[in-house]
Amino acid sequence: MKRDEGSWSPYLAGALSGLVLVLSVFATNKFFGSSTTFARTAGAIEKLFAPERTAEMAYFVKYVPKVDWQMMFVIGIFLGALIASITSGDFRLKAVPDMWERRFGSNTLNRGIIAFCGGIIVMFGARLAGGCPTGHGLSGSLQLAVSGYIALISFFIGGIVIARMLYGGGRRP
Amino acid sequence: MKILIFGLITGMLFGFFLQKGRAARYDKQLGAMRLIDMTIIKFMFSAILVGMVGVYLLKDLGMVKLDVKSTVLGANILGGLIFGIGWGVVGYCPGTAAGALGEGRLDALWGMLGMLVGAALFAEAYPALKATVMTWGDFGKITLPEVLGLNHWIIIPLFVIGGLLLFRWFEKKGL
Repeated sequence: MKRDEGSWSPYLAGALSGLVLVLSVFATNKFFGSSTTFARTAGAIEKLFAPERTAEMAYFVKYVPKVDWQMMFVIGIFLGALIASITSGDFRLKAVPDMWERRFGSNTLNRGIIAFCGGIIVMFGARLAGGCPTGHGLSGSLQLAVSGYIALISFFIGGIVIARMLYGGGRRP
Repeated sequence: MKILIFGLITGMLFGFFLQKGRAARYDKQLGAMRLIDMTIIKFMFSAILVGMVGVYLLKDLGMVKLDVKSTVLGANILGGLIFGIGWGVVGYCPGTAAGALGEGRLDALWGMLGMLVGAALFAEAYPALKATVMTWGDFGKITLPEVLGLNHWIIIPLFVIGGLLLFRWFEKKGL
């Protein structure tokens, strides 16, 4: 695959990420994860509107709505990508991805609604599976956890089937 | 407080590398699912291999503890498939959505709002799922070395060699 200008080899960027993970585990015993943060944030928002009901919900008793290591980690991902893209002149405000536009057109609302719906499904699945590609795929697999491989394979089976339905097979755009 | 600052710095480094490796973008995520562009697989597997060697080395030195998630076949497989379906639709996973938004991809924000709704819906369904799907095929916190009865330093080199061969194949095929 030809790389675009200013990008790093995905092998190098990935290996450096692995190194950061090892240092993070060493310093704080925290493995990377992302999806629990969405559960805690959803709980925090519900707490604003219905504090008593939220306090009694089993899921938010287990995952108390609070700012923790992982929430700061997810905010950090946003900031890190922002810094990387701005410093390399790569930051672009775009509401429709290129590949999507070639297949489905440039309507911002269409893409927004579909992304929103996909987001609902993604997070429901992640919470049921017990993690996302960060928690299961990355942190689980590298610890040789059986759950990590089962989840990772299931993620890709679901994704490959849907991608084929949306885009058809082969390389055509 | 210190732990929160560590989280922020760690996330910033990870987000920086995600952006540099182009691993946060919709086109790259769908490229992998369409089996035409393996950028995110290269990124992820490189991170896994380095992390695997590093974490197990530190574990053997008694400097870190593993934090393994339970293997529950019903939850892992069904949840994983549902995740995959949504992933193909939104084109971002929870971590990469934050990174994609960082590089200006506004559709990732729609995706993240959907993710919050998805988490809220799951919280509603949790009592029912906890009693059913989340108990099907519960094997506890198992790892490959335990299941296979092999030392992890037999398994890890096999993963590294397998990974490198896979990478060579990707480059040969121009994926």
